[in-house]
Amino acid sequence: MQASTDSSLALDGEADEPAPAARTRRDFLRRGVAAGGLLAATAAVRAAPAANVMPSPAAAAPADAPLEIPAWTRAPGAATGAQLYGQPSAFEKKVVRHLRPNDKQYISSSTRSPLQELDGIITPNGLFYERHHGGVPAIDPAQHRLAVHGLVDAPLLFTMDDLRRFPSESHIYFLECSGNPGYSVYGKTAAEANGLVSCAEWTGVPLRTVLAEAGVQPKAKWVVAEGADAAAMTRSIPLEKCLDDALLVYSQNGERLRPEQGYPVRLLLPGFEGNMSIKWLRRLHVTDSPVYSREETSKYTDLMPDGTARRFTFYMEAKSIITAPSGGQRLAQHGFHEIRGIAWSGRGKIARVEVSVDDGATWHQAELQSPVLSRAITRFRFPWKWQGEPTVIQSRATDETGYVQPTLEALVAVRGVNGTYHNNAITPWRVAATGEVTNARIKAS
Amino acid sequence: MRASKHPEASRACRPAVLALAAALPLALAATAVAQTAPAHGRYDIGTPLTETRLAPWNIDVAPDGRNLPAGQGTVAAGRTLYAAQCAACHGAQGEGGQGDRLAGGAGTLASAKPVRTVGSYWPYATTLYDYIRRAMPLYAPQSLTSDQVYSATAYLLHLNGLLPEDATLDAQALRQIRMPNRDGFVDDPRPDVAVAGGPPAKP
Repeated sequence: MQASTDSSLALDGEADEPAPAARTRRDFLRRGVAAGGLLAATAAVRAAPAANVMPSPAAAAPADAPLEIPAWTRAPGAATGAQLYGQPSAFEKKVVRHLRPNDKQYISSSTRSPLQELDGIITPNGLFYERHHGGVPAIDPAQHRLAVHGLVDAPLLFTMDDLRRFPSESHIYFLECSGNPGYSVYGKTAAEANGLVSCAEWTGVPLRTVLAEAGVQPKAKWVVAEGADAAAMTRSIPLEKCLDDALLVYSQNGERLRPEQGYPVRLLLPGFEGNMSIKWLRRLHVTDSPVYSREETSKYTDLMPDGTARRFTFYMEAKSIITAPSGGQRLAQHGFHEIRGIAWSGRGKIARVEVSVDDGATWHQAELQSPVLSRAITRFRFPWKWQGEPTVIQSRATDETGYVQPTLEALVAVRGVNGTYHNNAITPWRVAATGEVTNARIKAS
Repeated sequence: MRASKHPEASRACRPAVLALAAALPLALAATAVAQTAPAHGRYDIGTPLTETRLAPWNIDVAPDGRNLPAGQGTVAAGRTLYAAQCAACHGAQGEGGQGDRLAGGAGTLASAKPVRTVGSYWPYATTLYDYIRRAMPLYAPQSLTSDQVYSATAYLLHLNGLLPEDATLDAQALRQIRMPNRDGFVDDPRPDVAVAGGPPAKP
């Protein structure tokens, strides 16, 4: 076996070869017996919980027992069309958004995407994070209207049919709440720690196309966007952003927006804090100055230790998080584990992700899975051979501007802990000798 | 197409286009309209919107007070309104509860436990009017009259020591109020945290 200090380096040929779980277990037991007491004891510790979570016949059967032909092979399955809108397997019921149990109320609240359960870069629509300020309205698209007015040549009212007639575009962008997470709350799982981020393919019409239809006047500098929800959520957006990559979105991942994502139409501002991408969009007021709405003064401003507060903090800076293995999970065996995670930056493409498996002492470049898209989630992976040593694993992202994701300590040294928003710090996961993975910022009880 | 929704208006401004459209198949006609007769933009999509029609939705109020409605309210009326519609969530004296704390907190922003309220944190009083009108009370937003919103705004300013007990508030008075934390905000200085001294990653 390799020394633990080498555990992050390239794997030897044997472990590199993908092996079925059963074979790996057998190999391990054989080696454990040969190596004697210590390894055998470790194997016993790991074998018991594994049997609990995986009660398959194969696990308990002798090594050479013939494979069973299961019931689902011996009879036809559910009739075609039993679900005209498909649902996940009944065995995936735990893969749901995380709802905090003790919010003061659930009109203005949030749910978190189960990052630790997801693969790839696209968040399924039913698992996309939520942040609502006045509940989720049930809007009839036939009655919905979008008003464009203010410093324009021709104030216009659009139906949904109108908006869908404009030339359309589709782009993959992440969306992240600027309160993902606070500076002094540490989640137990990846969802709890950083689940207010998701990524989707958005389809709609560029905002600049719709603004040009109304004719933006030279004095215009901002666009005040407003929702049709009970919060009438309102944010001021620099005109420059509106004429750049802002989208009026009516579809997400190929289907119409879900109600909780702004059905029938929302704003999408790539790379900006999620709150600005107004859902259930009903009005665009073209102005010469910000409105200074409650959501850009009382909230979504970043209080600093000297008592000043930062305003119009739009960009979501580069961030990454390891999603596997991550908090609440357990490494069931020694040997090969692919460390997997996601990275994103509001300022462009991810240039590099580094992974440390020795509590930050050394860092190694992770492989980025293509496509690596601007202002989208990027997948990274890093091969790791865990030999049972207690350690801390973590990732840090660098974006194409050269910006490097900081530690929480580095952020707090500049911003204190009362800023509430824009914490893009590294999330460190502690791996115990038992294989249990926990948030390294949460003190062991 | 706007032409089908407002034939009168279209006829008035685009007779030549309609004559052309009548002579062509439908698809070609649409193309011709888009290319030859842009009313405002190149696609000729959308319906003209009058200020009268927009008025019920046109509710954002900037610090200069433009768009504040006529009407007025008093601290006294606000006290009654607050007790009936606000206190259950925000506390009898604005001390907070299920809803945000609204009063107090002066001088705490630079402390370890800052208390962010209307009086201690909000930079503009107009935002109070804007927000109450659009989003409060939580379970019945946009149900208050203009006078009621002025009264609720007046009472919250009074709770924070910014209006006297006998004050009346209207558009002109509201836009003249200077909030204590008016100059407490700075523009975004990020990137503000540089990661230095870390070993370069192995390629």
